[in-house]
Amino acid sequence: MAPAQIPSSTPPSPREGERPAADETVSGAAAREAELAASPELMANTLGEYLRAWVKRVRSGDSGVLPILGGLVAIVVIFQLQVHVFLSALNLTNLLVQGAVFVLLGMAEIFVLLLGEIDLSVGFVAGVGAVVSAFLMAPPFNLPWFVAVAAGLASTTFIGAVQGTIITRLHLPSFVVTLAGLLGCEGLLIYIVNTSSPASGGTIRITSVVVNDLVNGNMGVAAGWVVLTVVLVAYAATSFWRDTRRRRSGLSAPPMSLTVLKVLMTAVAGIGLVWICNSDRGILVPVTGIPWVIPAVLVVLLAFTFLQGRTRFGRYVYAIGGNSEAARRAGINLARIRTISFALSGLTAGMAGIVYESRLGSISTGIDGGTLVLYAVAAAVIGGASLFGGRGKAVHALLGGLLIAAIYNGMGLLGLTAAPQYMITAVVLLAAVTVDAVARRSGASRGTNP
Amino acid sequence: MHGLLRERLLSRRDHRLERGKPPQPLLFDDMMEPTNEGARPGSADRAPGGDPPGPQEGQAPTGAPLLELRNVDKNFGPVQALQGINLIIPEGQVTALAGDNGAGKSVLIKTVSGIWSPDGGAVFWRGQRVHIRTPKDAAALGITTVYQDLALCDNLDIVQNMFLGHEDLHLGMLNEIEMELTARRTLESLAMTTARQIRQPVASLSGGQRQSVAVAKAVMANSKLVILDEPTAALGVTQTAMVLSLVKQLTSQGVTVLMISHNLNDIFQVADHLAIVHLGHLVASGPASNFNRQTAVDYMTTGRSNRETAGSPALAAS
Repeated sequence: MAPAQIPSSTPPSPREGERPAADETVSGAAAREAELAASPELMANTLGEYLRAWVKRVRSGDSGVLPILGGLVAIVVIFQLQVHVFLSALNLTNLLVQGAVFVLLGMAEIFVLLLGEIDLSVGFVAGVGAVVSAFLMAPPFNLPWFVAVAAGLASTTFIGAVQGTIITRLHLPSFVVTLAGLLGCEGLLIYIVNTSSPASGGTIRITSVVVNDLVNGNMGVAAGWVVLTVVLVAYAATSFWRDTRRRRSGLSAPPMSLTVLKVLMTAVAGIGLVWICNSDRGILVPVTGIPWVIPAVLVVLLAFTFLQGRTRFGRYVYAIGGNSEAARRAGINLARIRTISFALSGLTAGMAGIVYESRLGSISTGIDGGTLVLYAVAAAVIGGASLFGGRGKAVHALLGGLLIAAIYNGMGLLGLTAAPQYMITAVVLLAAVTVDAVARRSGASRGTNP
Repeated sequence: MHGLLRERLLSRRDHRLERGKPPQPLLFDDMMEPTNEGARPGSADRAPGGDPPGPQEGQAPTGAPLLELRNVDKNFGPVQALQGINLIIPEGQVTALAGDNGAGKSVLIKTVSGIWSPDGGAVFWRGQRVHIRTPKDAAALGITTVYQDLALCDNLDIVQNMFLGHEDLHLGMLNEIEMELTARRTLESLAMTTARQIRQPVASLSGGQRQSVAVAKAVMANSKLVILDEPTAALGVTQTAMVLSLVKQLTSQGVTVLMISHNLNDIFQVADHLAIVHLGHLVASGPASNFNRQTAVDYMTTGRSNRETAGSPALAAS
């Protein structure tokens, strides 16, 4: 190599043309592609540029949520052609409510998937949360609903924390520890139901009106619109405020038109959601309004998105999932972050349990935690989270959970039995993972050398 | 599209040129303060302070010993990995550590970075005796080691990697704007504009760019001594040039560099000083200009050289 190259890159170079030319040779065409592929939000100045960069990113393998949205549309179209009631207000609301459990379980799973771990116990941990709260609400305890629910969530958080502690302190594989958790929680669940005096035939009825109304009660029609307006205004304000701050600090920000487009798309989705839920879907008596569980899940989604994207804890979770050795050398307390993640997974699973019992109006030993956990992993992975850690967001669980709920719901409408339901879900899961892996591989082969 | 990026790049550099000099990150401020040892005068310029050890100075920035090893030994059971190493690393300069495989280069830097402590001898930091027992001790002194694996998280972007473990918080939330600005200033002060998008995930960077990010991370952590373990081993020609220019840039920021390398091309391009280890002994050390390719190879392979050179290397007692 020519030694003359060294001084040429010493700053500040008075000659303008020199350094970009040097850059050309260093990174070449591949880097030019990579930089466009990296983050269109930060590279583009206009909407047109953004869209072109985005297409480039998708083609280079980082397809984002595109396949899952495509899949969702395809499934909706297929089912609507088969069963015309699929897109009715009643069924869509029902679908969203069914999806709530999958979405919450998927978010529980994402916390540990991000670390590169897995939690097989979430299904039965959810069951334990449901049973503990139902047990305390029922006679002879008759505790107020919020005490019972808090106790249920506390118990599932505790179970998660114990599993996390065992995994991190004893350096055991999470697969085995949470497999033990799956079995142990099923046993615990059956034990509590059997010792509960009001349980008849292995079932505890939910006596609390509030808990029952979580899924079965609806927000008022006017309240729905008010909440939507407040949420949209807050979203628009924070988006524009963030961009303004970035611009003021001299950093690149997404083009204004893009932010407007995002806000508009969110508004359309929100209005659609509220409109569907506010239409009369009753069969004998009029039923309108958003089921309470939908805003509840959205609040959890927002909280986790904030936790994962805006806090130190979230950053460390991604760092550990990306390169745990680098995280360790950066002084991050790996054991602590991992344990907290498992505890949060337990907490979220507990919430899923509360929603589950609210939907059924009771909780029984018949809860199939084994299948639920598989749906949880499937929801996270179909939504776009990586099983190998470091990639995934709470919103991925939302998309994946809704897709699974759509399949589940549509096949129920078609009157299919469990056999084809399982098989079709299997095919969708495989397809989602395959699409993701193939896209990524073709992107990687075009990328820079490792 | 590309033309536009290029335009933005240029305008950013215009901005910098207007200010007359590359922006100095605030982080460097305390490096300009006089130290208690008085090895450096309190001036921001690197005027020769103390008495430089080598016969060669002139263009050398400071040259006062930053780190000194005296008679350092390290044994692994019966294996003597290091024997009586006497090495001076002058401040603000690039010292290259060369040697064949198994000569003890890695043991030496791991001893300095606190992976393990020496079995005998003493370590001096700016003339004061120090005990580096853990990596934390080394970090507290301002020693950062960039290992070959670089310790970067592929899924995080450049800013996130540079601030990993010491994120800037605002009201309990990550202060992304402040971190991005600081990271950008650091990268610009190192003349690193090749990584054009600072919010690009590290996975999309080339090998040289990744190496540069790892080095920039060390600089931002306010390191006084940056140890580079074979920084160019896995890189191609242009990438190597990029990393070597970065090494040069580091010294202009007042950072001292200890670079392990096999590659004589790299060594003679950037190193002010050269130290060669052979079978656990330091067989030669001195200004790089005292060596040439032949003598360096002789020392690396056999531990001695009979050839005549411009000036005879200052031989270490072995």
